[in-house]
Order: sequence, then C-alpha cells, then structure tokens
Amino acid sequence: MASLVGSRVERKEDTRFLQGKGRYTADINIANQTYAVFVRSPHARAKIKSVDTSKALKSSGVVSVLTGKEIAEDKIGGLIAGWAIRSEDGSEMKVPGNPPLAKDVANFVGEPIAVVFAETLDEAKEGAEKVKVDYKVLKAVVDPADAMKSEAIHDGVDKNLCYDWLLGDRKAVDEAFSKADKIIKVDLINNRLVPNAMEPRACVVDYNTASEEITLYTTSQNPHLSRLVMSAFGNVAPENKLRVVAPDVGGGFGSKINVYNEEIVCSWASKKIERPIKWVAERTESFLTDTHGRDHITHAELAVTKDGKFLGFKNETIANLGAYARVFATVTPTYLFGPCATGVYVIPAAYSNVKAVYTNTAPVDAYRGAGRPEATYTIERLVEKAALELGMDKTEIRMKNFPTQFPFKQTLVHTVDSGDYVAGLEKAKQMADYAGFEARRKKSEANGKLRGIGVSSYFEACGIAPSAAVMSLGCGVGLWESAEVRFNPTGQISVFTGAHSHGQSHDTTFAQIAADELGVPMENIDVVHGDTDKGTFGMGTYGSRSLTVGGIAIVNACKKIIAKGKRVAAKMLEVNEDEIEFKDGEFVALKSNKKKTIGEVAFACYLPGQRDEMKSPIPEGDEPGLIESSFYDPPNFSFPAGSHICEVEIDPDTGNVKVEKYTAVDDFGRIVNPNIVEGQVHGGLAQGIGQALHENTQYDETGQLMTASYMDYTMPRADNFPDFNLGFTCTHATSNPLGVKGCGEAGAIASPPTVMNAVIDALGGQEISMPATAEKVWRACKAMKKSKAKAA
Amino acid sequence: MTKVTLEVNGKSVSKEVPDHTLLSVFLRDNLNLTGTHVGCDTSQCGACVVHVNGKSIKSCSTLAADVEGSKVTTIEGLAKDGKLHPMQAAFKKTHGLQCGYCTPGMVMSAVDLLQTKKNPSDQEIREWLEGNICRCTGYQNIVAAVKEAATKM
Repeated sequence: MASLVGSRVERKEDTRFLQGKGRYTADINIANQTYAVFVRSPHARAKIKSVDTSKALKSSGVVSVLTGKEIAEDKIGGLIAGWAIRSEDGSEMKVPGNPPLAKDVANFVGEPIAVVFAETLDEAKEGAEKVKVDYKVLKAVVDPADAMKSEAIHDGVDKNLCYDWLLGDRKAVDEAFSKADKIIKVDLINNRLVPNAMEPRACVVDYNTASEEITLYTTSQNPHLSRLVMSAFGNVAPENKLRVVAPDVGGGFGSKINVYNEEIVCSWASKKIERPIKWVAERTESFLTDTHGRDHITHAELAVTKDGKFLGFKNETIANLGAYARVFATVTPTYLFGPCATGVYVIPAAYSNVKAVYTNTAPVDAYRGAGRPEATYTIERLVEKAALELGMDKTEIRMKNFPTQFPFKQTLVHTVDSGDYVAGLEKAKQMADYAGFEARRKKSEANGKLRGIGVSSYFEACGIAPSAAVMSLGCGVGLWESAEVRFNPTGQISVFTGAHSHGQSHDTTFAQIAADELGVPMENIDVVHGDTDKGTFGMGTYGSRSLTVGGIAIVNACKKIIAKGKRVAAKMLEVNEDEIEFKDGEFVALKSNKKKTIGEVAFACYLPGQRDEMKSPIPEGDEPGLIESSFYDPPNFSFPAGSHICEVEIDPDTGNVKVEKYTAVDDFGRIVNPNIVEGQVHGGLAQGIGQALHENTQYDETGQLMTASYMDYTMPRADNFPDFNLGFTCTHATSNPLGVKGCGEAGAIASPPTVMNAVIDALGGQEISMPATAEKVWRACKAMKKSKAKAA
Repeated sequence: MTKVTLEVNGKSVSKEVPDHTLLSVFLRDNLNLTGTHVGCDTSQCGACVVHVNGKSIKSCSTLAADVEGSKVTTIEGLAKDGKLHPMQAAFKKTHGLQCGYCTPGMVMSAVDLLQTKKNPSDQEIREWLEGNICRCTGYQNIVAAVKEAATKM
C-alpha cells in the first residue's frame, strides 16, 4: 500500500467550505436567543464613577443589562496570564486583575463596561446607546518607551513594569565584547500588529435549565483550555457543567487562544437570564479587543571579529503587554523570544533582557510566531549589518557561523536535535540565483530603480512543548496533547484530537497519518475535534504544535490499536502473538500466511462470545472493544529552520517597494502533505511581508486606536505579492517517531528581516523601520539622493 | 418594514424585513444561507460577495430592498446536481483555501472575473481579487485556482 504520508492528498474539509456548508459560530442560532451588545470604554484610561442602566432597561426589547458590579457580586473571575515569569532579581511578575466587565477603572479603548441583552440586535444596540457611564478621564500611558517613567496605571504595579527578565550571562557577554574587533549595533521597533483572522470573534451560549449545563459555541483555537480557564479561574460553571464547542473557526493566528471577556460574560449571563445569547463582534470591535501582536523596542549588539566570527550577543528590549497580561502574553517576549535571539549561529556568550510594561492599549499576546519573529528580526538585522560593515558577503558571514554538528547546543536554552543550515542556505542561493543579482541590480538601475537583496536564516523552537520544560519556565499547565482512536464495529474510525483546526487541515493530515498507521483508506477515517463533549481533554492548536505533539498522540493511539489487534488476530489465527505481523491493514500469521484484515479484527473485538462459526477471539485479560487513547508529552521542542532570500525593487520617485522575488527554503522535517505545508508557508510569508511593508497598528497620544478598520489598517492583498518560490530540505526530527517539525509559523518568522534586509540593501544601508511604507521609503530615497549629491 | 422579493439560487423568496436590512443579513438571517460571510462591515474584505443578476457585488453594503426583483446567486447555488462548479473544483485541487471563511466571497468574485475575462493573466487575477482579503493562503494558490478554472470554464 502506498504511503499517504508525503502525498498531495486533496483536503477533506474543502467540500463543505466550498459550498458554503462550513458551520462557524456566527452561523449558529438557537430558538429564543437574545442578542448581546457590549458597552465599551471610549477612553484609554478612565475612572468609572457610575453606570446608570435605568434608561437602557426601559428601552424596547431589552431583556437585561449587566455591569461590572453584578459580575463582581457573583464572584465571576477575570482573565488570566498563563505563565509566571520572574525578574532578574528573583521577584515574581506583577499582574493586575482583569475583570470580565470593568467596574472601577477602564484601561483601554474598547474594554467592556456593561452588556445589554435584547430580543433583536437592533434593540440591543439601541439599549447599549442608553447605558450612561460617568467617567473621570485620566492621562493615558500609551507609548511603551515612556511607560516606566509614567504614572502607574494599575495598583501595585510600580513603574508599570510586569517584570525585568534576564536570560544569559552578563559577565560572559562583557568579556566577549571586550575581545571584539567590532561591535554591531541596531535599534529596532518591532511594529505592533493585529492578527486579523477573517472570522470576527463570536459566541453563542445555550443554558439548559434542566441539566444546568452551559453550552458555549465560540471562536477558539483551544476549546478544552477555554473550558478549564472559565471553570477554574472564571468560576463560570464546574467543568462537567460547561461544554465548549469551537466549530469551524475562521483563522486564529494566536488571537483566538485567549478566553475573552465576552465569552465569560455571555456564559455567566445566559444562566442568569435563562435565555440563549448570541454575540458577534463587528470588525472594529475585533480591532479594539482581539489580542494584538509584537510591539517591541529593542537595542541589540553583536560582537564580531574582523573576519566575521560572532563572539557575543545582547539585547535590551521593552515589550508592550498592553493593559493586561493574557494567556501567552508574558512568555511571548521571554522564553519564546530570548532563546531564539541568537539565531542559527554559534555565539559563545549571550544575554537577553526584556522589560515588559503595561500601557493603556489593547492586550498584546501571541501572534503567529510569537516572540520568534521578534527574535529573528533582531539577530538577522544585526548579521546583515555586520556583513555590510565588515565588507563581507551576506551569505558567507552566515555560513561561517552556522553550527555544523547536530545536536547543536544553542547558546541560551535549546538543544537542537537536527538540521543542516548550510544545505538550506546553499539551496536558497541557487534557487534565488543569488550569483546573478548584481546584473539584475544594474538592469534596475538603468531603469531608474533601486534593487536590493536580503537574506535571513532562522530557526525556531516550536512543537510547544515538553511539559517538564515549560512548567519549569513558568507555564501553568503541561503542554502535552491527547488523541483517541475509536474503531467502530463496522470498520469506520473516529480519531479524536485535542488539537483544533482553524485552517490547518487536520481533517486531512491526521486522517493521512492514521490511515497509514492502520492500513485503512482515509475515507474511512473521520477526525473529530473542537468539542469538549467529544474526545479527551487536549491543549489545542498554537505554536506549530498540532502535528508534532497532537499527531504523535494519534500515532501512539494507533500503535496501541495494532498491539491489541495483534493479540486478537493471534487468537483468531491460532498462532502466538509474536508470529503475527501487521502490514497494510492485515494481520498475517508469518508461517501459514493466513491473515485477518484489521476490519475483521475490529469487528471481532466487539463480539465476545461464540455462535457457530463466529467465536470470540478476545484473549484472556483483554476487554471487548477497540478504542485506544494516548496522552503524548514530547521530549523536546521541535526546531524548523531555513534560509530565505528576497529581492525588492524600489521606485525612488514614489517610494513604492515591489517584492520582485521571494525564495524560501525551509526544513520542516518529514512532510505529511506538501500542498498543506506549502499553503502554510505562503500564508506565513504574506503575514510577515505584511509586517515588513504594509501593516501597522497606530494609537494616538490619548490611546485612541487610529487603525481600527480595514480602511485604516493595511491588510495585504493579492496584488502585493509575487509567486513565492519554495524549496525544502528535510532533515527528520529525531525527537518524534514521525520525524516532523511543524510549519505553521516559519513564514511569518523568517520574512520580516528578509524583506527589510532587501529594502535596506536597496537604500544603500540606510536603516528604516517597519513597515517600509511608500512614504518612509520615498523620504529615504530623497535623503540618499541628497547625500550622494553632497559627496559628488 | 419592506417586503423584499428575490430569486435566490433559482427559487423565488419573499420576506417582510426592516427597511435597513442588508442583503447579507437577509441571506444569512432570513434565508439561513450562512455560506455568505461578513468579515468587515466596511465593504473591504469581500467575504460577503454574491452575484446579483450575474455580477459580483458586496452584499454587506447593499440593501436587500435595493435589489428587489433581482436574481441572486450565493455560494450555496454554485454547485449543480451535486457537482462542484469548475471554480470550486479548482480551489479544491490547488489548495486555494485554508480556514474557509473568505472562500465563498473569493469563489464568487473569481467566477465573475472569468465571466468578464476568459483567460486573465496572473497580474489581472491579482488585481481583480484586490477586493477580497484572505489571511491564510498568501493568495498564491487562489491565483492558481483561478488559472486552473479558466481552462475548464
């Protein structure tokens, strides 16, 4: 039987999506539902003096109005930070309370203060208009650079500082720097982004007054985790009385990891008003309240010898957490960032220092790549600048500092199991026709254009993650994953996974894996996820973990099915278990070559007892049925890596940057479905190039979000990109039986520095910040022309 | 309230709705045709694209009453006799979708492109689809899907 793993299987989920049969949260309606509209703070920072709901309550169709007062009285808990990070001095991080409805103070524009439930959406909107909130507006802290010098916005959080974290050895770094021939320095802003999943957040809640169960349909990347948080910290309902369903979810990119205010409030309120509730975010609400990404200010230095050897690295970073610390907010700029900041290089000494600050802006959390794009941008800008300052070729300086032995003990935390960085960069050079660039540059020049080339090499720690490791680093839970494989008596198989697909194609790839393991057609396999009432507890999908952790749980559960199948088949074929071989869906008695298909064996497992020909083959000590589960905890992170090369052409008259060529060579280990992997890379590249050239989240000095719709926030469009040129080097991961490494985030991690290195190359080394918009580039071109004229 | 009568996916429908009812709301809430999605409320993202009298329009910024008497085709009306439309089949073949949220609008927009221009270049496809935002695919496989469909339509 040909292996399905590795082949370009068309997706199972497409047939429903392409015919409008997807079932997203906003598509769900429940009889007798009310509509929720939230009253949100129009101020970035304000004291809430009073909330008057009397007029709203009299408004037509309004069923109920609830505020922070009622939710506090019912002791419904707030939102939580999932990782405890300690400062360099050993003190615990400072985390303010984050109530689901603000009662005393509002800390960002859009923070919910009250909620109105009404018979129709129009009536709920009208009711919300009539809620009168009396605010005392306070001076907002908006710029993270000023946060530590500003008035504290939360009680007990001195200097607005959550933590001042250090990883690495300052003394060793000082020593290394003292031996350097040259110190390369960069000052970088990693621009704040809005993840912008195309499906706005939504929730539909149904409270069953008889069973006292709450069913929450929601746009979540991790329904089991949502239930745990809402139950354990939110006090919404015991876990056995709370069912969380994340049906089809239209993209997440990290923003749908968090449990949000609206889900907690609507779940609590549904029980209170004994009516189903529907809430769907408008796009501007998403902009205001979805967790944002990135937002770092970094100074970094690289100590080098004159022949281009790296001796030491350090960064000093201010990370903006926004108003509150959410689930992955505190780990994203620390353990997901610092360890990757030394990149794919042998650097003997390094440290990473991060000060995380609170501001009166929307909470910042994980966004595709989470910390690793910021890390890669830091080191790859430094390396490119080092090449320029030392007069070296930008690929040569990288090659010179790559590790050649694996496992590679990276400077700060990780031991990278496998990889071949030299092969990746060589392949990228060849595919990009790196050698032919100068001729293309001259050609552009002849047309009055500026052409630049940029390189970046990256690795990332993903497949999040070994529980022992992450819990020792402060994670509040273990990050294993679960799977259950149910062989039904008539031969169809349900594979339950705790991971969640919101674009990742689990229906297809997980079926490919299980089909190979069990030797059955993948049409016989249904992958089930997204419902806490179906399947075992699982941690969900983020950090490129579904395949590397969840996929292995499926493999292990399948192996248990085969192990039991062998015992049963041995009895059916009247041989010893060790004389049975399982191959291509058949249990074969090696000596006699008699066989039983896995379907026959499965059927037999459900029929204990004997009648005529049919007799139970269930061995003594085994139970009937053929259902196995696995909780898989990986021994290590996985480490995708690669090298990307970008060529841009700039029109100096308009400042327009055109991405002419983009070559990505990635090592994701073994590839399960090339179509899907390529699609993940394309999508990641579009987001990363979007960060480099188009996207930016802008607050004004009072904390108003200026980019709160698609008319103001530049989303990358089809005509912003060329066709991407993809290549792969596949060194199998040694840390898992499939040899897989994860591919979801790589494009977004590698591409911002690749593009910016190309833009800066075209500008003759003149540094500009992301996004390299036409205006910024045009100004840089003008400055360049001026300085050239001066020199002449 | 206004009475709106349309022919939707070949069937005549008539509903009494508030005057300000958007076509997207009419389709989703009144006809339960939830394949038409709303992604932005400002006519930017194109998840809501449907055909009115054969031309693609953004249903989130069209009043249902404004298209009274029109023939409307939504994503649900594209496949015929259980067979995917060539554009739908092409999206499946080239992996032109991931989360599926922008897909209905993207497909409806792409069908109109090929009605308007038989064999568009890559650049023409990319420019036509400028009004449809996809956050997942990076657009490359969508362009491939449209080219693939062009050989079949």
